[in-house]
Amino acid sequence: MKQVQLNNIRKTYPNGFEALHPTSFDIAQGEFCVLVGPSGCGKSTLLRMVAGLEDITSGELQIAERVVNDVDPADRDIAMVFQNYALYPHMTVRKNIGYGLKNRGISKEDIAAKVDEATAMLNLGDYLDRKPSQLSGGQRQRVAMGRAIVRDPALFLFDEPLSNLDAKLRNQMRIEIKALQRRLGVTSIYVTHDQVEAMTMADRIIVMNAGRIEQIGTPAEVYHNPASTFVASFMGAPPMNLLSATVVDGAVKLVDQVICKTQSQGRVTAGIRPEAFTLDANGPLAMEVQIVEELGAHRLLHGTMNGETVTVLVDNDVMAQTGPQRLSVKPDAVCLFNVTDGQRL
Amino acid sequence: MRKPKISTVVDHAVLIAGSLFMILPLLMLLQMTTIPDTELIRTGPSLTIGDQFDDNFNKAMFEASGFSGENTGLSMLKNSFILGIGFALGKIVIGMLAAYAIVYFRLRFATFAFWLIFTTLLLPLEVRILPSYEVVQWLGMLNTYQGLIIPLIASATATFFFRQFFRSVPEELVEAARIDGAGPVKFFIDILVPLSQTMIAAMFIIMFVYGWNQYLWPTIITTDEDMYTLVRGIKQIVQVLEGAVVPEFGRSNVLALVAVIPPVLVVVFFQSWFVKGLTESDK
Repeated sequence: MKQVQLNNIRKTYPNGFEALHPTSFDIAQGEFCVLVGPSGCGKSTLLRMVAGLEDITSGELQIAERVVNDVDPADRDIAMVFQNYALYPHMTVRKNIGYGLKNRGISKEDIAAKVDEATAMLNLGDYLDRKPSQLSGGQRQRVAMGRAIVRDPALFLFDEPLSNLDAKLRNQMRIEIKALQRRLGVTSIYVTHDQVEAMTMADRIIVMNAGRIEQIGTPAEVYHNPASTFVASFMGAPPMNLLSATVVDGAVKLVDQVICKTQSQGRVTAGIRPEAFTLDANGPLAMEVQIVEELGAHRLLHGTMNGETVTVLVDNDVMAQTGPQRLSVKPDAVCLFNVTDGQRL
Repeated sequence: MRKPKISTVVDHAVLIAGSLFMILPLLMLLQMTTIPDTELIRTGPSLTIGDQFDDNFNKAMFEASGFSGENTGLSMLKNSFILGIGFALGKIVIGMLAAYAIVYFRLRFATFAFWLIFTTLLLPLEVRILPSYEVVQWLGMLNTYQGLIIPLIASATATFFFRQFFRSVPEELVEAARIDGAGPVKFFIDILVPLSQTMIAAMFIIMFVYGWNQYLWPTIITTDEDMYTLVRGIKQIVQVLEGAVVPEFGRSNVLALVAVIPPVLVVVFFQSWFVKGLTESDK
């Protein structure tokens, strides 16, 4: 079942700036959908339009099979978690979580029961009578989550909820949010600029750039089959190597060595993930390694190949030194892109 | 014993001198309320402490000074309180509402309206006192508390301070409240007012003292003696040597003393909030 439907949703600001080009996609019931892209790509605008905090210039938005273009945010059956949590500073945790219910005229006993249930789920039971200023960052984050789940909405919206936390807590909350979403089965849209968050949390990733969708797909699809050089370089750390290659008689040649076959002609960009290379004394490609980065489980070799920067990822049992190395590459791990517009061939 | 540093000595000397400078006039006032008026005329301020304080206090607080017998110190104190509190609360309410409209609603001329309000700072009461009187008179509000308070409560200062404060409230809070189903009125009462507590306290102090000390407007608007405020009423008591009437220095000095106390108490009571309101915000 489609829980959220966007049909040619578009946002133009009064000054003429087109923040979001006409955009369409559906989100299925219970799906965890991550919008990812660099700052200013329109992902937050899109989320805020779904929430009703921004007007929709044109197009149609449906939540739970109801057109909500002109419905007030409070009546869209959504809940939102904000980047800075947006807790009410003067209210206790209990009141913060119950405020949305109170405004909907729910009885005091019901509110208390729901708040207790939500806080028990989030391990906030001991902090019910504290104010947000007396809580740690992670606890505040949980209160913000509690405020969202207590309402039992049709759709969760997350606006970069983890970017104010330190790295360790971020990893922990990432898992908690994902587990909670699984458990509650609520459809979610999650906005982030962090591709690791996107890869690890999403059922489906929507990669955005400059007000347009670049690609929609599962994390694996987006990672292994990027639709454009933008997606290739944005998703994955370290990013995909983008090398210029030429096609001669259907064979893609990188530094005069055939690496794979194609139908197209002329110059292309070959995208190769760092882990798609293997160190091979008899390999066809020559690389000059300048720096070896030790990552524990892996090693990263930074260097150049025919003047272009290349990064290669090898396991920690492969010995590597700086200096000249021979590489081989699996033909099916090569993605080819159009040189001019960066689109996948 | 450790030798005190010369800088510490200088610091303390400056502070003590400053304190004395501030408090001596008040002590002199207190001293003058304890001696008979005739002696005050004869000797002027002195160091002796007399036994007339009770007498003077009773006369000042419970005996009427005018013709109608209604302007006792007590009734003047009451009037002053009504003016001070009404003035302060009125300014806070009007200022908050105006700032709320300017900051949170997409009014077409919000900025223009704000600067229009702001320029009224250039037109204090003294400039527009005749037209103001005319309007109040025409509304039949002479010698009423409404007439005393309402013409004064429009406040550019309060509007300005609340506007600055509201602008510092994070945008997400408004959005979270919208999603939580709080309409404009609920948001104002449930969220903005509690958040503004310290700001309200700071405004209350400033405006209460300001209202309490109003002199010109009450003098013009109140002619009934039972409507006199303290600051205006002190003037009513004979304070000059004229013919054979001895001026009632003791009595007027007691009233002056009484008039000083409430603003002091308000400041003492609210001062921690006051400092908070003007320096930090707990968001």
